[in-house]
Amino acid sequence: MKAAVITFPGSNCDRDLAVAFESAGWQVVRVWHKDTSLPDGVDVVGLPGGFSFGDYLRCGAIAARSPIAQAVADFAGRGGYVLGICNGFQVLVETGLLPGALMRNAGLKFICKTVELNVTSADSAFTSGWAAGAVIRVPIAHHDGNYTVDPETMTALRDQDRIALQYVDNPNGSMGDIAGVLSENRRVLGLMPHPERAISPLHGSSDGAAMFRSLAGALAIA
Amino acid sequence: MKARVFVMLKNGVLDPQGEAVRHALGSLGFDGVEGVRQGKVIELDLAAGTTEDTVRQMCEKLLANTVIESYRIEMA
Repeated sequence: MKAAVITFPGSNCDRDLAVAFESAGWQVVRVWHKDTSLPDGVDVVGLPGGFSFGDYLRCGAIAARSPIAQAVADFAGRGGYVLGICNGFQVLVETGLLPGALMRNAGLKFICKTVELNVTSADSAFTSGWAAGAVIRVPIAHHDGNYTVDPETMTALRDQDRIALQYVDNPNGSMGDIAGVLSENRRVLGLMPHPERAISPLHGSSDGAAMFRSLAGALAIA
Repeated sequence: MKARVFVMLKNGVLDPQGEAVRHALGSLGFDGVEGVRQGKVIELDLAAGTTEDTVRQMCEKLLANTVIESYRIEMA
C-alpha cells in the first residue's frame, strides 16, 4: 500500500499527512510539484494543507495548474484515490476533480480550532471507519473554507450521498454545512478539516486516524 | 501592448468581503450604499500581436474561476 504526498511551495501539512499515512501502515513517497508523473504502484495521492504558491490569485489556483496536477487528474481519471485536505481541497476544486469553490469565510476571519463534524456518509473508503451519523472532533485552520456550489450541483451531491462530512456548528458559512465532499465515483475526497492533525491523544483527538486506517482497509480488500 | 482583466464574483454569489466594506462605509456615515462587490484587476504586459482570444484563454485557464467569477477584458 503506497501513498504519494505532494509538496507544493507553501505546503505546510505535507509531513503531518505523511506521518498520518505511515501510522496507519502506509508506505509513503513524497512527490515534488514539478514532477510530471507519480511513482509506480501508488494507491492513493494526498494533497496537503498549507498555502500553495502563497495562495496568490486564488487559493489552490496555481497549484492546480502545476506539472504534477495533470498527473493527479489522470490518476483520478483512472479511478485512483485522491485525498485533498484544506489547501488540498482548494486545489481539487480548482482542478475540477470536485465541484464547487471555496470562498473567504463568512466571518472574514482565519479560524483555527477543533470543531465537531457529522459523518454524513460512511459510504466511502475514506469514511467507512466511522459509523454514519457519528460525531467526530477534528481541527480546522483556514481563511477560505466557505464552500459554495450551484443549486443543481447541491441537489446532485445530496441525491448521490456525496456529502461526506458536515459541520455541527458551521464556522465559515459553507453552503449546507458542508465540510467535505466526494467525487461521483467516491474515490476523491476533499475536506477543509485536518484529520491528519487528530491522530493521537496528544493532539487532543485521535478521531482522524480512522480515515487513514479505513482507506488502508478498503485497499487491502480490493 | 497591455491588457487589463477585471475579475468579479458572479451575480448571486455572496461576496463576504464586499459586504464587510459595505458595513464599514455605513459606519463611516456614508448612507445609501446599497451594495458593494469587491473584485480584482490584473494588468498584463504582452508581446505585440497577442490577441484578445489568447487573453480569454488565460482567463478561462487560470485568471478567473468561472465557477464563481466572471471576467472582462480590456485591450490597450
